[in-house]
Amino acid sequence: MAIARFWRETPRRYNLGGSRCTVCTTVYFPPRSVCPTCTTHRQSLGKMEPFQLSGDGEVVTFTVVHEAANGFEMLVPYALAIVQTVEGPLLTGQVVNLRPEDLQIGLKVRATFRKLREEGPAGVIHYGYKFAPKEEAAMAPRPGRGSEQAPAASHAPEPSRARA
Amino acid sequence: MEAGIVSYGVYVPRYRITPAEIGQVWGVDGVAMGQGLNIERKSVPAPDEDTITISTEALRVALLRGKIDPQEIGALYVGSESHPYAVKPTATIVAHAVGATPNLTAADFEFACKAGTAAIQTCLGLVRSGMVKYGVAIGTDTSQGAPGDALEYSASAGGAALVIGRDKVIATINQTVSYTTDTPDFWRREGQRYPSHGGRFTGEPAYFRHVGECAKQMFKTAGTTTKDYQHVVFHQPNGKFPRRIGTQLGFSDEQMKYGMVTPRIGNTYSAAALIGLANVLDHGEAGERILVVGYGSGAGSDAFDLTVTEELGTYDRSSGLPVQYFLDSGVELSYSVYAKFRGKIHMGEA
Ligand SMILES: [Zn+2]
Repeated sequence: MAIARFWRETPRRYNLGGSRCTVCTTVYFPPRSVCPTCTTHRQSLGKMEPFQLSGDGEVVTFTVVHEAANGFEMLVPYALAIVQTVEGPLLTGQVVNLRPEDLQIGLKVRATFRKLREEGPAGVIHYGYKFAPKEEAAMAPRPGRGSEQAPAASHAPEPSRARA
Repeated sequence: MEAGIVSYGVYVPRYRITPAEIGQVWGVDGVAMGQGLNIERKSVPAPDEDTITISTEALRVALLRGKIDPQEIGALYVGSESHPYAVKPTATIVAHAVGATPNLTAADFEFACKAGTAAIQTCLGLVRSGMVKYGVAIGTDTSQGAPGDALEYSASAGGAALVIGRDKVIATINQTVSYTTDTPDFWRREGQRYPSHGGRFTGEPAYFRHVGECAKQMFKTAGTTTKDYQHVVFHQPNGKFPRRIGTQLGFSDEQMKYGMVTPRIGNTYSAAALIGLANVLDHGEAGERILVVGYGSGAGSDAFDLTVTEELGTYDRSSGLPVQYFLDSGVELSYSVYAKFRGKIHMGEA
């Protein structure tokens, strides 16, 4: 049942709650109860501790989705990226707050909190992490007003948006 | 016991739409409309943003700047008139998302546009009495006007989070007073999608009377005059009302300068006065005195008299985005994409 499954995953989805091996300091997301990095798994038994990722990372690779997954119809085209977190684990997530065509490998991102999915108009709303360009990159002032198009606009120039 | 603002954070979604763009859809001179309201553009949330996500983003910035352990938050209140759930608190999700659960009290506040200032007063009481170490007051909205209604030109989205405490206070809250009456200037009945308002009635007997009387009450209580304040922040449903009440009370444009944010992001409702205050703190200096007067339809005003402390000098204002960023940046949308983002297009049965 979806509500229970999602609810159990909230520490992960909301706060990037992973785990860290106190023997070799490797960080895992999602959390693990034993450390596969240590020479024998038994070495790390009982030595894993909860660890919260900072949410900072860098885009390793990405794809632009044009055929929306269920619940993402309003967002196409959207970018889905694999992010190398500063703590180590690789995370997959949508990158928001930029046009997909502006996304580049190596872009510094931070975790942001967004709506992931709604179970219909009467159902539960699921929240969790997505990624957004890190402030410094996003802070560069836009050159003039209206210089960017709508994020969901097609790649072809739209005559209606040519107005100053 | 002295208490006040320990930290603050702001978040405004990145999309914008202009009155001209809205007006051309409805056959109205949007440029004139925008000039009349003193609104150049308003913010629009992305389809995956709501009061919960905006509140969380704002609070995360506040916790980062103040280096505050979320487990030390004893109370968390979110003031909004656009809570995503009719039943199920916004505050619990925000509290969980910042790591403040489970040992705290949390609730949602509603009072049109002044639910955020009401949350500050509640936190102040809890902090001053020693019941909690930190109280979090958030004002956030993603409000909508009915398509074509005058409100559609101003209703926008944004949030601000204030951490109230006793240690390392960057702005002491010296006084707070309120002025409340039963005035039906603006309302939304349960189950109605868009709010209704009393048109011109929203001005004189509602906004101007409450904000004006509340400010005068503060002058009397605090023994101050307009000259004692370097900055003044009013609730700002548009860019016109706060300027008019400010001038009526005798404040100069210079005193109102940083507190005015609505012309660039629209009316963020419960967040409007708080984002104005955040912008003042972004530019503030120790010793400066600030007057904040919120307003919520229905109706009431809360006023705060604050003094910036020396702590602001070492406070980490550079983490997170300054208000000025949200005033300057943004991506403009066409009305059609805006309508899609705001759920104004009928998509058939889900
Ligand atoms: Zn290990």
